[in-house]
Amino acid sequence: MANFYTDNASLKLHLNHPMMRKIVELKERNFADADKYDYAPQNFEDAMDSYDKVLEVVGELAGDVFAENAADVDIQGPHVENGHVVYADGTKKNLDATRKAGLSGMAMPRRLGGLNFPITPYIMAADIVSRADAGFENLWGLQDCAETIYEFASPEQIEKYIPRVCAGETMSMDLTEPDAGSDLQSVMLKATQKEDGQWVLNGVKRFITNGDSDIHLVLARSEEGTKDGRGLSMFIYDKRNGGVTVRRIENKMGIKGSPTCELVYKDAPVELVGSRRLGLIKYVMALMNGARLGIAAQSVGLSEAAYREALDYAKDRRQFGKAIIDFPAVAEILSLMKAKLDASRALLYACSRYVDMYKVYDDIAKERPLTLDEKKEAKHFSRLADAFTPLAKGMTSEFCNQNTYDCIQIHGGSGFMKDYRCERLYRDARITSIYEGTTQLQVVAAIRHVTTGTYLNTIREWEGEEVAPAYEDVKNTLVYMTQQYAASVESVTGVKDPTYIDFMARRMVEMAGHIIMGYLLLQDTQRDASVERSLRVYVKYGQAEVAKHADFIANFRPDQIKDYLFE
Amino acid sequence: MSLNIIVLAKQVPDTRNVGKDAMKADGTINRAALPAIFNPEDLNALEQALKLKEMYPGSKVTVLTMGPARAAEIVREGMYRGADGGIVLSDRAFAGSDTLATSYALSAAVRKIGDYDIIIGGRQAIDGDTAQVGPQIAEKLGIPQITYAEEIMGVDNGVITVKRRIESGVETVKAALPLVVTVNGSADACRPRNAKALQKFKYAAVPSEVAADEAKQAFIAKRPYLNIGEWSAASVDADLAQCGLAGSPTKVKQIENVVFTAKDARRIENTDEQLETLIKELIANHTIG
Repeated sequence: MANFYTDNASLKLHLNHPMMRKIVELKERNFADADKYDYAPQNFEDAMDSYDKVLEVVGELAGDVFAENAADVDIQGPHVENGHVVYADGTKKNLDATRKAGLSGMAMPRRLGGLNFPITPYIMAADIVSRADAGFENLWGLQDCAETIYEFASPEQIEKYIPRVCAGETMSMDLTEPDAGSDLQSVMLKATQKEDGQWVLNGVKRFITNGDSDIHLVLARSEEGTKDGRGLSMFIYDKRNGGVTVRRIENKMGIKGSPTCELVYKDAPVELVGSRRLGLIKYVMALMNGARLGIAAQSVGLSEAAYREALDYAKDRRQFGKAIIDFPAVAEILSLMKAKLDASRALLYACSRYVDMYKVYDDIAKERPLTLDEKKEAKHFSRLADAFTPLAKGMTSEFCNQNTYDCIQIHGGSGFMKDYRCERLYRDARITSIYEGTTQLQVVAAIRHVTTGTYLNTIREWEGEEVAPAYEDVKNTLVYMTQQYAASVESVTGVKDPTYIDFMARRMVEMAGHIIMGYLLLQDTQRDASVERSLRVYVKYGQAEVAKHADFIANFRPDQIKDYLFE
Repeated sequence: MSLNIIVLAKQVPDTRNVGKDAMKADGTINRAALPAIFNPEDLNALEQALKLKEMYPGSKVTVLTMGPARAAEIVREGMYRGADGGIVLSDRAFAGSDTLATSYALSAAVRKIGDYDIIIGGRQAIDGDTAQVGPQIAEKLGIPQITYAEEIMGVDNGVITVKRRIESGVETVKAALPLVVTVNGSADACRPRNAKALQKFKYAAVPSEVAADEAKQAFIAKRPYLNIGEWSAASVDADLAQCGLAGSPTKVKQIENVVFTAKDARRIENTDEQLETLIKELIANHTIG
């Protein structure tokens, strides 16, 4: 009888962020659906109450169903029968529960069968589900591929596919191939158009999460003779039509309930999405941004699980006549785990609110021209979402790896045994800093917001906000860290060597990340004093990290880079 | 074929996680310390009803509960999961009812609903654990009953087929409609609340819950599906002599708080070896086996 939403006060703190009023009013078009749909909210308070109630259902399913099934799912896993995936028994139960609870298509409009929730409560559901079973989050969370159909597909495709997703059909994004991982420009899956206009696919995809889903978004080469990203288009494959089989399921280290498939396409009939040649450069980029936010949520959920497991164990386990939590060395690990968790969550929801803001304006722009002010605001938040998404994905996934590592450390020898949940968390966490773009690729996406100043401008804006006198000292530290960051960026960019910037990029992105998360925790503390502990612990940690990077950069001669590069 | 199904449900204090303050000094339940929940086996019963509704489209599921106005929460919980509506049987005259008076009141309400095919409820409630109310209702209505039901297989030509969980195994029985079925906790768990139904029915209420709120009344008036019935003793033509304390031959003389104390507490690790040793020991001293 656990509820992973109601037992976690920090979720409500983020759900009730002041920015939500504007997001909800825009998303609900001032509650235009109120009398059109019997489940639409009447006003802001009503909408928030609905999010709260639905998240309570998510929390109940997570605590009572997904978490209960997670260990069995991890052991049993899915398998292939006659070219198709058979899920583990627990996975089937989980999917059945989410369908009955109507938790699919959460962010889709009501006219298509969705709940019309903003991204923020949807991401919160992903956070909650991930704490219970990170592997199941993949299957359930792939519903956000519907977002890409909604944004770029034709009205007929939208009418055809999105109601099916809202009814609980699963999705997958078929991008990766044996020779096209991080480098998706090399995708070779062949798309050909027959004389009657029907597109068909032939070839192989690899590492496809939930690859036997009902509705696939597929990246394929539609322009014969091309070699780069401009020859790729996006297609919808409907499993009902046949043509794709699963050759094998990978034997993975973690998230074992989520089938990672090798797919064979044999004259698989598909529908083109949007325009030819825009598959990678436009649609996949949008798809990936959504998926990256999902992985950030998955990371936060795993961090939460790791912290709770570690805390319970440290209170329970006695050595030398006392609980191990009473030893400073253990207490410090736990406090830092909690600080990283709270910082990750603060960054996740800041990012999700920015995504909400620009997406809702994008959607409104389909109905009417935006006013000049709205356009300006949309652009502002689009830029922030673009800057915060790779930062959130990169930082939260690294922290979740660190937290699951520390969770085992707290368990000592027992943690190394299969008997405790922490070893599964550790294995599940490992992929978060790899898929949907490695941390190194997140840095590539984030670095231009270092060099163009998106992060610094945001930080300076927050610097101007008043804080309660009790937190002036923390703010002063953040201001000092910002000076170090700005000086480091100036020194690195001053060298005017792209290789040198690449070499220092992660350090600078992390510095920005620590300062941003520090400010976000500072803001959260103004609304809820219980965050203060994490704020102080995190800023202490961030201060040392920023100083370390600043020191490395200050004491590095650009010619020393040769010691690191390989011929 | 469509069925008219009445689900008997009770709002009970959650006695599964009883803390130190669960009982008051006078030996009565401290309701403030225990959250009010949907009686667990009534949820199993609701699931069976909802499955029947899926099997026979057009069927109607009505939740019937007896209690104060706040018991409307049980009806709402049912609606969030797929019930069509419900009725709260609420009257001061029902206060202090034992199982006999409860089954009298509920059977009067069932008669008023009239056209029913299946009355289904949990085997027993976790606050009283009597398992008497379901069977008593069947007796009062003069209809068959199937107890300890685990799965309703289907209804064919006015005959229901039910799997029962009994001590020695499972038995499959048939009975003619209308009838009373009481469901065992081993039956399928109830489906979760549905997100759309939750948003649709969250303002459903019995009249007395919104008596002081005109805005809510107006809101509900425009949406008839938000009305939960609220029936009094008079509205179900109940004989007051058979209701509440007057109609309850059971008189509680005293309630004692019995605290079990473990004499020989021991902690064993969760390993096959240690479990095996413990089981062998328990068999040897005839605690089990």
